[in-house]
Amino acid sequence: MSFRATVVTFPGSNCDRDMAVAIERISGTAPLRVWHADAELPDRLDFIALPGGFSYGDYLRSGAMAANSPIMQSVKAAADRGVPVLGICNGFQVLTEAGLLPGALLRNAGQNFICRTVALTVENSQSLFTSGYDTGQAIAIPVAHHDGNYYADDATLDRLEGEGRVAFRYAESVNGSARDIAGVLNDAGNVLGMMPHPERAVDKAHGGTDGAALFESVVKALVEA
Amino acid sequence: MKVRVHVSLKPGVLDPQGRAVHHALEGLGFSGIEDVRVGRLIELDVADGTSDEALDEMCRKLLANTVIENYRIEKAA
Repeated sequence: MSFRATVVTFPGSNCDRDMAVAIERISGTAPLRVWHADAELPDRLDFIALPGGFSYGDYLRSGAMAANSPIMQSVKAAADRGVPVLGICNGFQVLTEAGLLPGALLRNAGQNFICRTVALTVENSQSLFTSGYDTGQAIAIPVAHHDGNYYADDATLDRLEGEGRVAFRYAESVNGSARDIAGVLNDAGNVLGMMPHPERAVDKAHGGTDGAALFESVVKALVEA
Repeated sequence: MKVRVHVSLKPGVLDPQGRAVHHALEGLGFSGIEDVRVGRLIELDVADGTSDEALDEMCRKLLANTVIENYRIEKAA
């Protein structure tokens, strides 16, 4: 089976190679690479990943300029067609700035850049990104961010919780995120944004492999589709 | 035409940068500071006749994130 995935690289992305390696390790197929200035995505995609980093230097706001780059029009169109889209860290910021996910990512409440492995709780194992986990499962995934403080108004937060769209929650307060939310799904369930880095937890040499089940879930969803 | 766009976090949105500056001011001995909010000033030099609608669209599409920020457009004389 060939798994047609793509990793989008923006100027300043620095987790794109890690993402590509993780996808190839789990799916067995190297993802196609796409550059921010490309207007078109490869056709027949099974999965789109927006990696972490500091797109366009995060000069205006994290993810703001990337969200308006040419390739994002194609990513939005693909997301609307139901293609699974995963945004990690800066990729999550890009997805909120692009309006593909609700809310915004503010500066960490403690002002510090946080770089360590954190405990997460899987809040919803029914999504195509999380079926390989159990609801309530505790996992350990690294974070590395300065602007990971998830914000949305109370009505939006209530809706996300009520609709099972909080995918992951920090087991402890890490960055000030509203309700300790670490990752959210869009209403159709095919777009996931999260600040922690599952692609940095797919090999024993990483110190943990709790991120592997996320990629396995996506690959499995394709096989069953 | 010079245009200034003032972007600030909405009231109620935590501003850690403002809080840090607040602490620093108090550390310098200034008292009576109720609150500090840090925003961003963006200066544009645009063609004369650039419409208000275009300026507003620039703010909504890119310069401000209206989920968390307010903006104010000021045309310099």
